[in-house]
Order: sequence, then structure tokens, then C-alpha cells
Amino acid sequence: MPGVAIRDSHTPDRPRHSAPVRVTHWITVVSFCALLVSGFAILLAHPRLYWGETGAVGTPSLIDLPLPFVLTGQSGWGRYLHFLAAWASVFTGIVYVLYGLRTRHFGQGLRRIYNPLQRLTYLIVVFALFPLMIWSGLAMSPAITSVVPGAVSVLGGQQSARTIHFFVATALVLFVLVHIGMVSLAGFTSRVRMMTTGWTPAGTEQG
Amino acid sequence: MTRGITRRTLITKGLVAAAGASGLAAAARLADRYGLIPPDHGGIYGAGETLTYAAQRLLMSHHSLAREFDRSDISRVAPVNGAPPETDAYERLLSRQFAEWRLVVDGLVARPSSFSLAELRRFPSRTQITHQACEEGWSFIAEWTGVPLSHVLNVVGVSTRAKYVVFFPFDQSWDSVDMPDAWHAQTLLAYGMNGQELPTGHGAPLRLRVPRQLGYKSVKYLSRIAVVATLEDIGEGLGSWSPEIGYSWYAGI
Repeated sequence: MPGVAIRDSHTPDRPRHSAPVRVTHWITVVSFCALLVSGFAILLAHPRLYWGETGAVGTPSLIDLPLPFVLTGQSGWGRYLHFLAAWASVFTGIVYVLYGLRTRHFGQGLRRIYNPLQRLTYLIVVFALFPLMIWSGLAMSPAITSVVPGAVSVLGGQQSARTIHFFVATALVLFVLVHIGMVSLAGFTSRVRMMTTGWTPAGTEQG
Repeated sequence: MTRGITRRTLITKGLVAAAGASGLAAAARLADRYGLIPPDHGGIYGAGETLTYAAQRLLMSHHSLAREFDRSDISRVAPVNGAPPETDAYERLLSRQFAEWRLVVDGLVARPSSFSLAELRRFPSRTQITHQACEEGWSFIAEWTGVPLSHVLNVVGVSTRAKYVVFFPFDQSWDSVDMPDAWHAQTLLAYGMNGQELPTGHGAPLRLRVPRQLGYKSVKYLSRIAVVATLEDIGEGLGSWSPEIGYSWYAGI
């Protein structure tokens, strides 16, 4: 438990998280949940994964997910919501990364509150998993790949892009679960309040 | 001190938001003028749908071509979604191998016409091997042969007021494309698939092929094509049957 506890060394005259970090964090929470729910709705229309350009019932799959085929039109609103949330997520991500680069958030900022393993994880999520998520998503678009065919061929084909999209999503969900677990160990209510107001509640200062 | 910073930040953000809002209003006017607003732009999902459509239309402004493949890439399995129309009119035409079938082309055209299958086959043809993804997630590669829609549009003479081309099949699943897709080199009225006549399940006698969009845009079992200036008075005014049952009009994803 001491190994996973979040080190708390903020000084009282400075919020633990700056306003841009707090705002982008919560917008990302909402859009990530929307992406997850809608992505799952889309996946249920065909819960089989393939490798290469093509794949369908009647061809060999890479993985048959233990999920039912739901063909009742859930992928309709699913795709509408997925793209709305994706745009929100991308705009928020751009603001966050630009802010982070300008304020050295990704160097000193993270070093101020997190241990090296946590910092590495955050950097991988922000600069590897999220970009890969966007890339593999765009690589499934026949319109986008008409403009940038390399975006899909580098990934091994349209179905490979879909499979990569699924596994990177799974990695992000695992990150969120570990993240929530660690926040809970450090004190869920006070951490949520810190990410909302920026400050530790008075009298609950803790290590 | 902290409060001062907060207030300054708030004022700055307010100004940015105001500038953003007026910028958005100007952008909306421009977007409408240049055909960047999809017919299903309303409702809670409208903003995302409009951003996707506008962004992709701008990206594809040089008429990019969907990827084409080799004969060796053609899928052995080409699943069929849905059943052929169960209308008497379609079944009668099918039973006579579509000898009496004609494609009606009307609307904002100089010469409203109708074409038999034999007449369409005499037009210049194009054959392309393209990838088709179903919105459900599966996909296949097939070879399609047909007459480019642009050729038929030139034969009938399209009005400068035209903004969309609407496709009416023998069933209820009508759809439409904007003019960039209508004039696109790979947009076909296909009567052949993998070197054979178009199989019934894949849309015989004639289907649309729009390879830069998901499969559901490629309307099967065509009966009539209409060139229009607005989609507002067709169906529920959302551009196609798809949004009426919950799917987006634009399917370039």
C-alpha cells in the first residue's frame, strides 16, 4: 500500500491541480465514458475481431469475444454518440497538451506529485494510447483512408485497425481501473475534491 | 491574490468564449454555403455529425480515391445483409430477369429519362476492386462493374441548382449523396460483381456503389434516381431513411 499511495507534497499556497488540468480532466471523464458505452454498443453489432483487411461471419476470426451479437440498431446511436464524444475528447486533448507543453506540466508538473512509474504511465496514456486510439479509429474510415491510404496499410488493414482500436481501448479501461483504485487508496473523496476545486479539504491534509 | 487570478482567468475565458461563439456563427454560415452541413445536423448528436462531415469534405476536396485492390484480394465470402424487396413489382421484374426494368432519372435535369439494363451496359463502364465495411463491423473486398453515375448525370443534364442525388430502391431504404460524391469517379451504378451479373442479394439489377462510405450508403435494388436542390421535403427531411431509424446520413465515418 505505501508503494501505491500518491505522494502528496503540495504547498498550501498552490493548488494540487491547476484549473486547466481540472477542467480538461472532467471533460475527458465524461467523453471517455460516452466513448466507452457507445463503443461497446457498436462492438456488440459484431463482437468478432479479425486481422487484415477483411473479416466476416464465415471467415476465420482472430478472437470471438464472449458477447452476444446485438442486431437491434444499437450501433446507430452508438456511432452518433461515439463521434460526438470523440470530437469533445480530441478538442479537450489538444487544449490539455498545448497547456501542458507551455507550462512544463509533463515534466516538472507531474514530478511535483507523482512517482516515476505513475509519470511514465500518464505519459504513455497521453502520448501513446490516446493518439493510437485516434489513429486506429480514423484508419477504419473509408473516407479518411481515401486521403491517407498509409494510415490503414501501416496498421495491417481495416480489420486490423478495428482490432487495435479494441485492444487500446481495453488498455485505457485498465488504466482507468488502476487509476480509480489508487485514488481510492489515497482517499477517494478528498482526491475527487482536489481534482474539482484544486485544494485539499481543510483539516483532511494527508500523505 | 488567488481570487484575483481566478477573476482574471474568468474574464479571459469569457472573452475567448464570446469570440468563439461569434466565430462559430460565421463558420456556420460559411459551412452552409459550401455544403458542409449534413441534413441530419439537428438534435443532440448534430454537432459531432456536422464536424465529421465538414472535416472530411474539406479533407477530400481534391476528390481522393478510395483504395483499390488486386484480383487476388477479392474475398471468398461476401455476406449479404437484408433480403430482396418483397414487393410485387420487384418480384415480377426478377422473375423475368429484369427485361422490363427501367431506371428512371428525373428531378432537376434537362432531359428526364429512363434506361433499360441493356442501355446502361452500353454506356462506358468502370470496374473497381474496393473494400466495403458494413456499419456492423465486418467487411469484404469485391470487384464491381458499372456505369459511373457522373456519366448518367451528364446524359440527362444536371441543373446548376442541384445539391443532392436521391436514390429510390424497390424497398423503403432510400438514400442520397451530395454532389461531390455524385460526380466522384468511383461512384458507380453497378450491374456486375466479381465478373458476374449482380447477384439478387447484392442488389440486382442495379445498385449504387459509394466506396468512400460504409456499405449502407450503397443502395441496392435501384428503381429511380432524382436530382434535387433540397432534401427537406423527402421523408422526414433527414436526407435518407437511415437517420429515420437512428443511423447517420453521412457514412464516411
